[in-house]
This record gives sequence, structure tokens and C-alpha cells, in this order.
Amino acid sequence: MHDMSGQAVHHHSPPTGFLRKYVFSVDHKVIGEQYYALALVAVYIGLVLSWIMRIHLAWPNYAIPGVRFLSKTGAPGGLLTPEYYLQLMTMHGTIMVFFVLTTAPFAGFGNYFLPIQVGAEDMPFPHINMMSFWVTFVAFLVAVAAFFVPQGPPLSGWTAYAPLSALGQAAGPGEGTGQVLWAVSIAIFCVGQLLGSLNFISTTLDMRCRGMSLMRLPLSAWSWFITSCIGLTAFAVLMPACILLILDHVAGTSFFVPSNLVVNDQLQPHSGGSTLLWQHLFWFFGHPEVYIAIVPGMGVVSHVLITNMRRPLLSHRVVIYSMLALAFLSYMVYGHHMFVSGMNPYSSIAFSFPTLAITVPATIIVLIWIGSLYGSRLRINTASLFALGFISMFVSGGVSGFFLAQPSIDIMLHATYFVVGHFHLVMAVAALFGIFAGTYFWFPKVTGRMMNEAWGRIHFWFTFVGAYCIFMPFHYLGMAGNIRRYQAFVDDFMGPLMPVHKFITIAALITGAAQLLFLFNLFYSRFRGKPAPANPWEGTSLEWSIPSPPPFDNFGGKIPVVYHDPYQYGVEGAANDFVMQDSPEVINSVNDEK
Amino acid sequence: MAKFFAVTIVVIAIASALPILLHTWEPPADISTHGHLIDEQMSETMVEAGIAFLAAQLLLGFFIWRFSNRPKTEKIRNFPGGARGLVAAAVVIVGLEVMALGVFGTKAWADIYFTPASANALPIQAQAGQFAFYFRYPGPDGTFGPIHPDQINESTENFFGLDTTHDADSKDDIVTAELAVPVNREIHLLMHSKDVGHSFFVRELRIQQDFVPGLDLSVHFTPTKIGRYEILCTQLCGLGHYNMKAYLEVKSQEDFDAWLKQQAALQ
Repeated sequence: MHDMSGQAVHHHSPPTGFLRKYVFSVDHKVIGEQYYALALVAVYIGLVLSWIMRIHLAWPNYAIPGVRFLSKTGAPGGLLTPEYYLQLMTMHGTIMVFFVLTTAPFAGFGNYFLPIQVGAEDMPFPHINMMSFWVTFVAFLVAVAAFFVPQGPPLSGWTAYAPLSALGQAAGPGEGTGQVLWAVSIAIFCVGQLLGSLNFISTTLDMRCRGMSLMRLPLSAWSWFITSCIGLTAFAVLMPACILLILDHVAGTSFFVPSNLVVNDQLQPHSGGSTLLWQHLFWFFGHPEVYIAIVPGMGVVSHVLITNMRRPLLSHRVVIYSMLALAFLSYMVYGHHMFVSGMNPYSSIAFSFPTLAITVPATIIVLIWIGSLYGSRLRINTASLFALGFISMFVSGGVSGFFLAQPSIDIMLHATYFVVGHFHLVMAVAALFGIFAGTYFWFPKVTGRMMNEAWGRIHFWFTFVGAYCIFMPFHYLGMAGNIRRYQAFVDDFMGPLMPVHKFITIAALITGAAQLLFLFNLFYSRFRGKPAPANPWEGTSLEWSIPSPPPFDNFGGKIPVVYHDPYQYGVEGAANDFVMQDSPEVINSVNDEK
Repeated sequence: MAKFFAVTIVVIAIASALPILLHTWEPPADISTHGHLIDEQMSETMVEAGIAFLAAQLLLGFFIWRFSNRPKTEKIRNFPGGARGLVAAAVVIVGLEVMALGVFGTKAWADIYFTPASANALPIQAQAGQFAFYFRYPGPDGTFGPIHPDQINESTENFFGLDTTHDADSKDDIVTAELAVPVNREIHLLMHSKDVGHSFFVRELRIQQDFVPGLDLSVHFTPTKIGRYEILCTQLCGLGHYNMKAYLEVKSQEDFDAWLKQQAALQ
């Protein structure tokens, strides 16, 4: 821990040139904004891809305007070919999971606010931090490049199951160069996340200012710290898996391809590989990835909610321990993605119970949130609406996990739209609500201006109601047996489900359009928003003790000293109803956890 | 705004539960001997998940209604029982409930996967390839001939790569594009993929199992109702994945025998 209460010496001086200030910056705040901007570009690309897929599913004979420019062969006349649907689906999943859900809540917000919340001037390795972003940016360019190579992106889904993903061009369109680019992109992305995680962990453990014990860290800081611990292990497994996949393509190896496979009547020149090996390696990353996406949301939502409830949570410690339990258990549950994969059926039982057990820490966190609302003085604003919406979405997506955790029920629901509804609600929509909550909450800190509250609320209502209209019916489709990853429903029993698909598509178009209002609000308010007061939400953590936007070295050359736990709200006898973390004011609080 | 939000949450929660309560979208009736175990497990899970879902959403809505925008003069109060009570509730009520679900659910799983097919089960081999299923019956000798991957050739309709010239066991093997089975007889389905991952899913049978290249897997089931049912591939296998299907024909024993004879004549 930093033991500096006086003048601090910043380990790098403020840059002067444009390139060092805004492009190749080593300032954690600029890097955080760069990550956020990357996620912003990525999320709208992912959104448009989902629109195209949804329109195609609901009205397969409708020529979608502009789509033919995306690919002449993939969408001749605006109509998607079967393979191009799968290629867009692969890119939607890849872009959303890696470049949005990992990038914004963890790397974006975390980079910007973790050093400030722990009371540090920067991360300990600023150049590595800069490198982590630019590596991630290159990964994004490589992924998007797959659109522009002959035959386009891969069609094997974001899970890239082998041997479909490992056999090369023979397996289908995009499975040659497109699939290699995908694997290269993800391997590079892993490098970026590993570098970022190292910085996050060392920032939390080594850079805390005086008085900032671990239990005095805000829950958002805790969530980024826990996420970086998950990321360090998970991405360290995915990266070599991707390298092995690349070798199967370019070096004639057979890590994921067994012997005697025949594609298009051609015996494939591979031998001895294991298809299940890819699934094990992928899901060993893949399930913790769910928590990489959602744990920062939990932290951000806790932080936003507490500030707006004007009270601490019923227990700070219990939420931290529960997030740690989620992180720990996340490695023991990944096999529930593989119940019907041919894995030893006894393993399914072994993976089922930890999956059911993970419900307990998740339930504890939800109950603590809801229980803390009791007796609070809840302030309603766009940030708190999204935080409360997060809880609602997390509950709705979480309870469907009861079903998918059980191998016997998974027999009926595996690979159906039930799974699509489940993970979109619990991982994607909930995480996006966390991102929105964080954005509306911290925007004044980052820019010195307020976002437009009225537009924010309109954005919230369309997003909240819209997300339910899109993703709740997915569960019904799945229960009826509607298979996912089909570009058309030619089967006898799926035809009657088309009206539901049409409803979902209309909801997706409207909800997606509402996101343009958010984008407009973001840019408009950045330049024309009302100037923000110093502490608009009357927050207590360190980011609210400094000017907005924060100076280059965060604390104006003076490292703060922390006297209290992060959430001293509703403090009796205090001048206001809150006491800042760095205020030496002596208070009598039952919540102070040393 | 807060009260409107609270009401919206409650309305959405109830509206989400209605199609479940009204059984608007459901899988078709089970036609297997084990399927009722899965259906019962699904129903019990639905009750517990439904209660958890409604309780959490309604409580969230109620607290937002009740505790938003209170003036500073009103004191902050703690939930009765505090964090300790809520942790206990999570562990005891939710934890034990879901663990019990897991224990009871194991029975349905074990029925399919922990017990081997009986000795008199009818063996049928299923082969999945981009983008079709083929099935093979062992013929009168009761033995499948070996597969020669290098001889697989769709244009000559040698889907399994059989060498009927040299392999005696292959001579009487019967290869079909549909899966016909006798009713009330246990079927031992031997699964083989020739190229990439596929899956075998028949909703009415309550069976879903991946074909894994390089692994010879099997499932066993007993169909109990005569009829024609769709077999779907549920594992993403390439551009024709959406259209990869076959039919399961459950026939009376007599009809099945006649059908098999007819198929044998066509080989």
C-alpha cells in the first residue's frame, strides 16, 4: 500500500503533444476512455448485425436495405445466404462478448476509476496499460478484417467448436482465412486482457493510499479487482487454445481434429486430435467470461445504488465475499455447457452441483440489494433506474439458470432459444444496464458536464421494456423446442412460432433505435451539457473529492488519506447526510469496517 | 416516476409468468419411457424458479414504490433481520431448494446415461454428416460391418464407407435415410459423426445427444407411441445446419418388420 500522505511524485509527466496526450497516452483515464470508445463502436456494429439477423429470421424474403454492400456474395440483392447469416451471427457474438461486455465495464470503467478509487495517481505500469489498449484495438481490427477477406468471417459461432473451426476451408465458407483471423484476433485480445489484469491487480494491492484498507475499497473497485483475477486465469487458457487452433490451420497439426474425418468425400489429413479438448479449453474460459462481463456490473450497480439509496448496503463484506465466491465457483461450473457433448455423464453431475451452488452467492447479492432498498431514501434518476433495472434483469436471467444447471432438463433446452434468452438477460442485457448506470453516473466526473436527464429517462424506458419484450419470449420459444443458430425455420414445429419471432424482431428494432438516443445524448452532452457541480450525486468515494474532469495526476500532486469506509451515508450528526472517505471528520458510524 | 417504475416491474413480472401459467408454449407430449421424469423435473423447477422470480420482482417493485424519494427527515432503517437474515434465507431456502432439485434431477439423467442398454435392445447406428443423417441396421447377422472412412462416397451412396465385397458383416447391413423403430422396444442408438460435430434431437423422445467426431457415443430409449417425429441437428455444423433433419418413424412391430424387409430389398 502507498504510504504517502504528503506530496507525491508522479512517475510520468503530463504529455504535451497530441499523439501522446490522446492517442498513445499512458494516462489511465485516457486509456479508460479509449476502451469505452472502442466498446461504443463495437456495440453499434454488434447491434446492426443483430438487426440484420432478426429481420432475416422474421421476414426471410425481405431485401434488407444496404446489406448487399456488406457482401455481394453473402447478401445478394439484400437477402442473406444461409452461410452469411451464420457468419454475421459469429461476428455478433464475438464482437459483443469480447469487445463490448469485456471491454466497457471492466477495461473501460476500471481503467478510468480504479486508480482514483484506490487513491493512486495512475496504475503502476502505465506503458503496459497503454499497450493493453492498443493490443486490444489491433485485435478488434483483425476481427473486423474477417468481413473483408474472400468468403468472409467464420460461420462456426463465437464458440468456434472444433472440428468445424479447425478443418479449414473444406468445412464451409469462412472457415479458412476468416476462422484464422478470428483465432488470431482472440489470441491478441487475450494478451491485452492479461496485461490489463496485471495492472488492475497490482493497482489494487500495491497502490492504495494511506487508510485505504481492502475493506474500505468501494464495491466497484472490488469488482474490477475480482474480475481481473478471473481474467488472468481465464484468458491465459483461451490464448493457447487459440494458438493451437491456428496451428491446426496453418501448421498441419491436429490438436482438435481426430482421425478419419471425411468432408465432401475427402478423407482429411489429420489424426489423433480431440474435439472435446477445444470445448474444455474454451468453456474453461467461457464460463468465467460470464462473470468477467457481469461482476463489474455488480460492483458498478452497487456503487450507483448505494449513492442513490443514501445508505450503505446491509453488509459490505458479504457482497465482497459473495463476488469472490462467484469468481471461485465460476471455474468449477463450465462443464454445464457440455452436458450433451458426450463428456462422461458422471462429470455432468459433478458440474451440475457447483452450478446450482453458484445460485447461493448470486442470491445473497440480490437479496442484499433488495433488502438494502428497505428503509432507504431512494433517489430516482437515470443512473439509479438503470441500476434497479440491472437487478430486475439479473433476477430474470438468473432464475432460468436453475433449469440449465440440471443435465436432465438440459436435454430439452440445450441449443434452444431458452439458452439464448438466459444468457442475453443475465450476461448481456444486465451487463449493458451496468454500463448505462455507470455512464449516466460518472459522465459528469469524466466530462465536467451532466447528461440530459429527460433523454436519459426516455432511453431507459425503451431499453427496459424493450429488453423484456425481446428476451423473455426467447424462453418460451426454447421451451417449445425452437432451435437456435438456424437461419430459417423450415421444420414442422417451428413454423407456428414465427409470430413470436416477428414480435421479437419488431421489439429489437425499436429498442435498438432507442440506443441512438443514448449515443446522441452522449455526444451532445459532452459538448453542450449543463456544467456539472463538483459532486452532483453527493457521493463519498475518492472520485468525488477531485475536480471534474480529474487533473492529469488525479489528486493534484497530493495523495489523499482515507479515514472512512466508502459508503458513509445517512450519518447522524454529520453536516450533510454523508461523509467523504477522505474527510477527517470524526463520526460515529456502525458501518465503518476496518 | 418511481411508482410508475414499480408498477412496470410488477406488470412485466406477471405478464412474463402468464404464458407459463397458461401453458401457451410447450413441448409436444412425451413418447418415451423416461421422458416423464424430465417433464416432472421441468415442472418442479418451473415452480421454484417461478416463485423466486415473482418474489424477487414483486419485492423489488414494492420497495421502489415504498422507499423512493423519502425526505431527509425520515430515518434510514434496516431490513428486519439485516444481512444475516437474508444470507440465511439465501442459503437455507434457495440453496437447499436448488440442491434438492439437483439431487432429484439426477434420477432422470441416470435413467438415460448411467444404465446401459439392455441386452435385447435393438442396435441401430446413426451417422451424421454435413447435412444429413443416415441410419444402419445390422441385418440378419446382427453385426455391423466395419466402416472404411476412405470409401465413404456420397455420389455412389456409400454413406458409411462399407466394403461389401470383402467384409462379410457388411453384406446384409441395411442403410436408410429415416429412422424406423418398433414401438415399445428399447433402441440402442450408436452414434457416429463422419465430419464435424452434430446432434440428435427428438423433442418427443426427450433425447438430445451430440455426435462427436472421433468418439463413438450411444444413447438408448424406448418409444411408446406410433407416429412420425422430426429428428433435428442442434449442434452448429455449417451452412446447411438449419435444414439438417430426418424423421423418426415409430411403427408397430409388424409394420417395422415389413419396412425392414422392404429396405433390405432396396440395398
